[in-house]
Amino acid sequence: MISIQNLHKSYVTGNNSLHVLKGLNLEIAEGEFVSIMGSSGSGKSTLLNILGVLDDYDKGNYYLSGKKIWGLNETQAAITRNAMIGFIFQSFNLISFKNAMENVALPLYYQKVNRKKRNLIAMEYLDRLGLKDWAHHLPSEMSGGQKQRVAIARALISNPKIILADEPTGALDSQTSLEVMDILKEVNDQGITVIIVTHEHDIAALTRKIIRLKDGVIGEIITNGDLQNYRDRLKQE
Amino acid sequence: MFDVDIWQEIFSTIKKNKLRTFLTGFSVAWGIFMLMVLLGSGNGLSNGVKVQFAENAVNVMWMWTGETSVPYNGLKEGREVKFNNQDYDFLTTKSKDIEKVSSRYYLPNDILYAYGKEYGSFETSTCYPSLKEMENINIKTGRFINDMDLREFRKVVVIGDEIRKALFKEEDPIGKYIKIGDVPFNVIGVSEAKRRNQDNNRSAYIPFTTAQRIFNGGDRVHTFTVTSKMVQTTEEAEAITEKVRQDMSKRHNFDPADKRAMGSFNMLTEYIRTMKIFQAINLFVWIIGIGTLIAGIVGVSNIMLILVKERTKEIGIRKAIGATPFSVVSLVLLESVLITTVAGYIGLVMGVGLMELVNFGLEQAAAAGGGDNVFFKNPTVDFGTAVSATLILILSGALAGYLPSRKAANVTPIEALRDE
Repeated sequence: MISIQNLHKSYVTGNNSLHVLKGLNLEIAEGEFVSIMGSSGSGKSTLLNILGVLDDYDKGNYYLSGKKIWGLNETQAAITRNAMIGFIFQSFNLISFKNAMENVALPLYYQKVNRKKRNLIAMEYLDRLGLKDWAHHLPSEMSGGQKQRVAIARALISNPKIILADEPTGALDSQTSLEVMDILKEVNDQGITVIIVTHEHDIAALTRKIIRLKDGVIGEIITNGDLQNYRDRLKQE
Repeated sequence: MFDVDIWQEIFSTIKKNKLRTFLTGFSVAWGIFMLMVLLGSGNGLSNGVKVQFAENAVNVMWMWTGETSVPYNGLKEGREVKFNNQDYDFLTTKSKDIEKVSSRYYLPNDILYAYGKEYGSFETSTCYPSLKEMENINIKTGRFINDMDLREFRKVVVIGDEIRKALFKEEDPIGKYIKIGDVPFNVIGVSEAKRRNQDNNRSAYIPFTTAQRIFNGGDRVHTFTVTSKMVQTTEEAEAITEKVRQDMSKRHNFDPADKRAMGSFNMLTEYIRTMKIFQAINLFVWIIGIGTLIAGIVGVSNIMLILVKERTKEIGIRKAIGATPFSVVSLVLLESVLITTVAGYIGLVMGVGLMELVNFGLEQAAAAGGGDNVFFKNPTVDFGTAVSATLILILSGALAGYLPSRKAANVTPIEALRDE
């Protein structure tokens, strides 16, 4: 699904060049449930941006679903994002003057699906997430958990291959966080690859694989079976 | 892209910022309103002056003779110059710039018109049929003088409406005989001047040939009224005058520069000169109007820039979930075009409406009488101008939205989503 080899990315500001990703290699198979962790400055946001086709890279290879992501213009990038990737953000990023249904339907608008049809589909997804009664409410009238569920519905509506979640529980209390993680797990159970960027250990521990970034490369990968040991180790820390 | 959704998106942002949208739209509406009022006023002035020219054909020219004031070709000054029938033949056949010619022979000033017991002294215009067009003579009843009248030296007369009132009172004058001097003339028509030059209602028209023969004119012609070919510049009009003067100076042996030997007045020169002034006024009005409009457009552009700045995050979200740069550009551009077009159209309608109202008032005043000296007539804007103004509006809306929409298209999702 995702194949990254020797990925380099630097940010140039004036005379200073900040080398963030330094030859990173990463393979994520279809249907994986992965979390990316790392201290600030480790390059996890940068990696997420590149994974999400929001940013380009300097050197290396990035294959998404067998297709090399390189040198896309803005329109091509937008179409790729729309077709392949569903985004979930810490601050939900719903459009404030649109109600829940319209927010969920928006990706289909950019696929030129007609209004009636996409609103119908949006209602379906809202129903699945238990928000049918909130379809005509504005984001400002909803709780954080509800907003994040709307955002998840929006991420799912275009049938993406990958869900990229940037600190999806960062703005939620622990109870709601667990609910959101349950939903993401269900999503993953349907075969969609889910990648979560987080700095919360207990959230990361709910995924099946943890990738720890360190100084622009993979520091450590902890998979399924090791997870129990990892949890124990965390408790000791 | 022109589906309901994009308009819904636009309306929802407009609804969120009612006051701002109103103020922006107002500046555009004001600009186009002023443009329409200025253009209408310019047209009003121009039309007012055109009405004054409309007394006569605009390309009419009058010529008369006097005494030479300078010696010429060995001839002394103080010699009388006289036009004659050969000059008429020359003007009609040889002079290529001259189209129509009417000769005039003056009758004695104190000549009396009489019908039954009524009599009075009136002006007599002896003429050819072409004078009707040259001096825009309006026939109320009967007919004007024709070629047959001239060929057969008929004693017929067309009388002005004032003459009819003085001599005939309520009686129908057509077919009756009046005496001019001691000669009976058959009344064939009544002329009535409209609004302006009402003096002409005290004029009578008789065939030139008849007048020359009956009142012992020989082949003497006092003045010529001619129309020249239409030209566009005062220089060309002056050249026509000059050419005729030279021709006449050759025929009658006087210095062509001698204004006292032969006088002339070419209406066309004045007409062109006046129209040039109004063209300049019109251009000036457009410049001012467009200037005002530009101020409005800069306002729209400014607001759209702020709007894009405010919506950076939203645009970022849209782009993250698949909005192409094109769809973002059209969102901003269409909003700008919408605001300018709607606001501008309101201004347009109000401006045109105001000028129509003024026009209505003027027409009412004129109809009530005393509207004779209006220097301001029909101050309205024609359809073509309104259409071009509308096109300018749409274009300027697009122009106003261009920069902001570029800015919107350049929003990168990463940066937009970063600022919390």
